[in-house]
Amino acid sequence: MTLRLNHVTKKFGSHTAVNQLSLEIPEKQIFGFLGANGAGKTTTFRMILGLLQETEGSISWNNGEIGYDQSHLIGYLPEERGLYPKMKVRDQLVYLAKLRGMNKSDSLKELDYWLDRFKVPDYKTKKVEELSKGNQQKIQFISAVLHKPKLLILDEPFSGLDPVNVEMLKEAVVDLKESGMSIVFSSHRMEHVEELCENLCILHHGTPVVHGRLKDIKRSFGKKNVRVKADFDTEFLKRIPGVTKYKAFGEGCNLQVESEDISQKIFTELNGKGFVRSFILEEPSLNDIFIEKVGASYE
Amino acid sequence: MNKFFIMVGHTFMNRVKTKSFLITTLVTLILITALSNIQTIIETFSGEDEAKKVALISDNDEWSSTLVEMVAANDAFTLERVDQSLEEAKQAVKEGTYESVVKITSGEDGLPKADYYAEQIASTENSEPIKQALQQIKVEMATEEAGVDQATLQQISSPVTFNTIALEESAKSEAELAQTRGLVYVMLFLLYMSVIMYGSMIATEVATEKSSRVMEILISSVSPVSQMFAKIIGIALVGILQFSLILLVGYLGIQQGGGGSIMEGFGLSNIQGSVIAYAVLFFILGYMLYATLAATLGSLVSRLEDAQQMISPMIYLILAAFFISIFGLNAPDSTFITVTSYIPFFSPLIMFLRVGMLDIPVWEVILSVGVLVGSIALLAWFGARVYSGGVLLYGKSSSFKDIKKAMQLSKKEG
Repeated sequence: MTLRLNHVTKKFGSHTAVNQLSLEIPEKQIFGFLGANGAGKTTTFRMILGLLQETEGSISWNNGEIGYDQSHLIGYLPEERGLYPKMKVRDQLVYLAKLRGMNKSDSLKELDYWLDRFKVPDYKTKKVEELSKGNQQKIQFISAVLHKPKLLILDEPFSGLDPVNVEMLKEAVVDLKESGMSIVFSSHRMEHVEELCENLCILHHGTPVVHGRLKDIKRSFGKKNVRVKADFDTEFLKRIPGVTKYKAFGEGCNLQVESEDISQKIFTELNGKGFVRSFILEEPSLNDIFIEKVGASYE
Repeated sequence: MNKFFIMVGHTFMNRVKTKSFLITTLVTLILITALSNIQTIIETFSGEDEAKKVALISDNDEWSSTLVEMVAANDAFTLERVDQSLEEAKQAVKEGTYESVVKITSGEDGLPKADYYAEQIASTENSEPIKQALQQIKVEMATEEAGVDQATLQQISSPVTFNTIALEESAKSEAELAQTRGLVYVMLFLLYMSVIMYGSMIATEVATEKSSRVMEILISSVSPVSQMFAKIIGIALVGILQFSLILLVGYLGIQQGGGGSIMEGFGLSNIQGSVIAYAVLFFILGYMLYATLAATLGSLVSRLEDAQQMISPMIYLILAAFFISIFGLNAPDSTFITVTSYIPFFSPLIMFLRVGMLDIPVWEVILSVGVLVGSIALLAWFGARVYSGGVLLYGKSSSFKDIKKAMQLSKKEG
């Protein structure tokens, strides 16, 4: 049930939205798509779902293309949220689940579970237009998972939610993965991807710039961050060979070093210079990696 | 296929449950009931003011008595000869004693002439019978003076005998033609109304799903083609429900009014079965063609407000078809009608008109139906592609340029 994208390219006229994207998305894991707006995330999802035809390359899942005969195995949360505004939550979710091949009694049972889980059981008989944006998004999320799909595609699932609801949805996503669902999701928030995904891909103008296991990506990147807080001027540190970046802040500095070993050299240099409040060796963040690979700041 | 029927059911129920549907259906039914009982209603109202009287002022006893006698058969009012001056009588009209006053005098030629006074002269309900009766008196007098006897007079005024006989044996008889004309009228209005009402309903349905963005979930669940046809069939069921209700209520109304069977009620008592079969066939095909067009156009709209504007070409097409067929009712065998009976958007109405009113070879009908079915298939194929691309297309403006963009979205090369 691995989802494979093989040299997929999508062109709209002269504009290339996705360029030579090759991916392997393992099952029962969470896979993250990162990229700025317009990077090609939604286009990729639409191609996976068969809503758009790829210009070149091929996509396979379960040893075939994803067609309408498999729609009961797929869950989709589109980036552009939308439900029938005038329909009651229950009626509309049951209808959408029916279209995904789930019968009414099962879908009602699942609906109760999810509404309880999101602490909104009284929304069942409300019209969607009466709900706030954030709560509409919860309902939309339920519509994507109600029929217990095998592959769940979430396009920016956390955008526009308050922190409490983001946590609630994150927990739900992790639980769904535990129950054996393969989940692909996109975000422009690095920290969400870092927190949830084992594998990821960073798209920049339609081209994958980083792709692989989060741990491997970080390890192969090699560089580390050092954060120093001290009561004296630390500017001399940037002249140490192996320090690639130096940025001072209020009471110390952030350094990027080529390898772990350099950090120890810094540690020795600091010795005897004065009072050191803290010395931390950190893994690079995805944001650091992105900036390095793309050559520009991400956000 | 199962999902198809779920969507058909959803479209149907969603529509039937709306307030606008309930209200329009109810209003139509009330109107139909009112129309079929119009006689009773008018009688109820007119029964109250039976004291309608028209005053007659005249010096001539003979004219007066003949006139009163002739108008006596009319129960809308009574004519009463009064012995008053004109001014007095006018005053009486103002006071309401009389509805109006008519003064008959002798003209220079010795023949009667009349002046009719009423508060309002918009209604000819009272003046017209008096005028006609007086006319008759005048004709009789004038002819008598000229020495023409009654028998000759009758001969002059009776209409000429004029029979039209078709030479082709299978041509429609006069009576048949009149009935077909009736049926063509009914069909014309039905198709015209259906296209306008249900066509815009379909476009609105599609536009609603698109503007609320629920569309992307839908097309990831079910193919655009079956979605499109589920809409078309679902709305067709709504139409069937609405028409059945109207027919049923109309039928009951006519029966209560003492009319015969439903066909007689519409003046279609002995219409040929084949004509009705053709009517059903062309109606279904016509609906399918226009409905597919409506769904295609609806899928190009980003905002609900643009839906009506987007379907205007469809409205123009059905309007054109409507006017051509009105023209064709009087000249069904003209070349113009023959040609237009093969053009897809006109043929449902015009080919039916020809089949009903002329005796045309079967192959011509088959050809026209073939062209129609072919265009429906072509439009469905084209529509499905525009639909699947169009539903992903969101722009500021909804225009026909978007058709190209939509086609691009749905094809490989992009």
